[in-house]
Amino acid sequence: MSMKIFISKDSTALSLGADEVAEAIAKEAQTRKLDIQILRNSSRGLFWLETLVEVETASGRIGFGPINPNDVKSLFDADFIKGGKHPLALGLVSEIDWLKKQERLTFARMGITEPTNIDQYIEHEGFQGLKNALKLNPQAIVQTVTDSGLRGRGGAAFPTGIKWKTVLDTKATQKYIVCNADEGDSGTYSDRMIMEGDPFVLIEGMIIAGLAVGASQGYIYLRSEYPHALKTLNEAIEKAKSVGYLGDDILKSGHTFHLEVRRAAGAYICGEETSLLESLEGKRGLVRFKPPLPAIEGLFGKPTAVNNVISLATVPIILARGAKYYQDFGMGKSRGTLPIQLAGNLKRTGLVEKAFGVTLRELLYDFGGGSLSGKPIKAVQVGGPLGAYLPESQFDTPLDYEKFSEIWAILGHGGIVAFDETVNMAKMARYAFDFCAIESCGKCTPCRVGSTRGVEVMDHIIAGKDVEKHTTLVRDLSDTMLNGSLCALGGMTPYPVLSALNHFPKDFGVDAKETKA
Amino acid sequence: MEDLVLNPHDLKIINQHILQYQSMPGALLPLLHAIQDDLGFVPEIAYPLISSALSLSVAEVHGVVTFYHHFRSHKPGRHILQVCRAESCQALGSEALETHIKNKLGIDFHETTFDGTITLEPIYCLGNCACSPAVMIDEAVYGRVDSKKIDQLISDLKRAS
Repeated sequence: MSMKIFISKDSTALSLGADEVAEAIAKEAQTRKLDIQILRNSSRGLFWLETLVEVETASGRIGFGPINPNDVKSLFDADFIKGGKHPLALGLVSEIDWLKKQERLTFARMGITEPTNIDQYIEHEGFQGLKNALKLNPQAIVQTVTDSGLRGRGGAAFPTGIKWKTVLDTKATQKYIVCNADEGDSGTYSDRMIMEGDPFVLIEGMIIAGLAVGASQGYIYLRSEYPHALKTLNEAIEKAKSVGYLGDDILKSGHTFHLEVRRAAGAYICGEETSLLESLEGKRGLVRFKPPLPAIEGLFGKPTAVNNVISLATVPIILARGAKYYQDFGMGKSRGTLPIQLAGNLKRTGLVEKAFGVTLRELLYDFGGGSLSGKPIKAVQVGGPLGAYLPESQFDTPLDYEKFSEIWAILGHGGIVAFDETVNMAKMARYAFDFCAIESCGKCTPCRVGSTRGVEVMDHIIAGKDVEKHTTLVRDLSDTMLNGSLCALGGMTPYPVLSALNHFPKDFGVDAKETKA
Repeated sequence: MEDLVLNPHDLKIINQHILQYQSMPGALLPLLHAIQDDLGFVPEIAYPLISSALSLSVAEVHGVVTFYHHFRSHKPGRHILQVCRAESCQALGSEALETHIKNKLGIDFHETTFDGTITLEPIYCLGNCACSPAVMIDEAVYGRVDSKKIDQLISDLKRAS
């Protein structure tokens, strides 16, 4: 029997040369006349160890990493397929501390199964949630999701069950499920990993959502920057259709659900749900006024549940194992787990799924291993480009929606970007305004004009011109944007700006005493 | 100079895509994607064709093409090099990388090298933040890119052309 070797085809693994490693291994095995089979699976999210090469043994999969193509010869010399000794040997992958300390619920199958292999998905608890949901009435499905405490993982943290209830209770001939897969926040990649690595879990979540609210059509609005996710999702949708999980009569239940992927086109603002809906309708992504809520009047004017990838991909395990199982993880009003993405200047970056309550410090040092550069970590930005910068004094904050909001910060989509001491926070504040100016939809003045004025004022501060006067201006401007913007883009750009100013006044050339929250 | 009329090849492709997408709800973005996938851009002279097929005004089509960073109305170089400018990449020196690339190619963002090989574009996050800095060439993402690696990638592109 041939030896099974597993190499990820996640795009981050590919970006580090996973294809070249797989090719080199295949070639070397051929030269040495060894019978091996290379399987391209999803990634464990241990990106600091990619390209990770795993070999199946009687006691489980053993790993070697990070492997470059030029390490391959030495792997064979060490007889790695029989578990031989090698400097890059990692032992049993499931026993790696970094992985073992996680609570993987949404990411349970990551790194284990092949992305579009539906049989493997089913073997690993796939479609159990759907089967349970088919036995329940819509109200009971919605109640289960509400009881689980699941909140929108896109960033807004609105209770998913309550959103669904509004859609369910709104009478209409047509309703929609829209998956927001426009993951544009810097430092985030959990949606991408799910879509590339375990697409059926998202599909299953969307089917359950359809059953729950009475929607027969779903759209995945996928960012154009993710070509691999597009391919994988389309392949998975075709497979799900061919075996009756999607279509006019799901598992002969009489229920209908159709699913289609729609490509976004590189506008950050389209991650905002109403702008996303405009875009799906084929228009410029201008933000809509609310009310009406999309749950009442959404896509093409019909009731629409707009949910993030992770929210939807978490629904199957809730329906499979029950609301209580999920609800038992977490702290306070933040129930369950959060797939946290470690990024930026850290030694051990990757996907850490943990119950809420883990502190930033544990994530940055125990998991992240401190900065990659070896210099002290000066600031971290949590929750994407609209998230606050946190200084070292706040690293003991536990990951919890409410605790973060107490320190005027957000968890957002769970991305954590670390910066070492070389970062200049005034420049990061300028960048925040600049990003807002580039991505503003232009509908409201505080965002459209405020962002551009913000860049100009920051330029004066960075040049050391009338710093005191200009920091006052930044605060005034931020106040207008915070309170006067139509959506979170203009409304939250002040988070990175003011947190940078408040926590790192020296970088702005102001005395710490002068700053006020 | 951009062509003043659509050449028969492009016209045929555009008409095929119009037929395919015309009746789809919210057809404009999928149609523009299909055209750009095949032609590399959405020619401005095709706007009237697109607008009349979808019962839109030419201004609406123009508005959508220009709203989204992904769509372009002018022919790009043979390869698109996108450099991530977002925070995670900045934390690992993308700003210096960006300057290096601009100097090396002798162009700024949104420009194409004189030999028509590379169009340089900024991008805000490729979802490769675990291995910053990142760049994307056509549809391939590269992580932990430094000046040495980008020089290699660029010379590979130039050699291939």
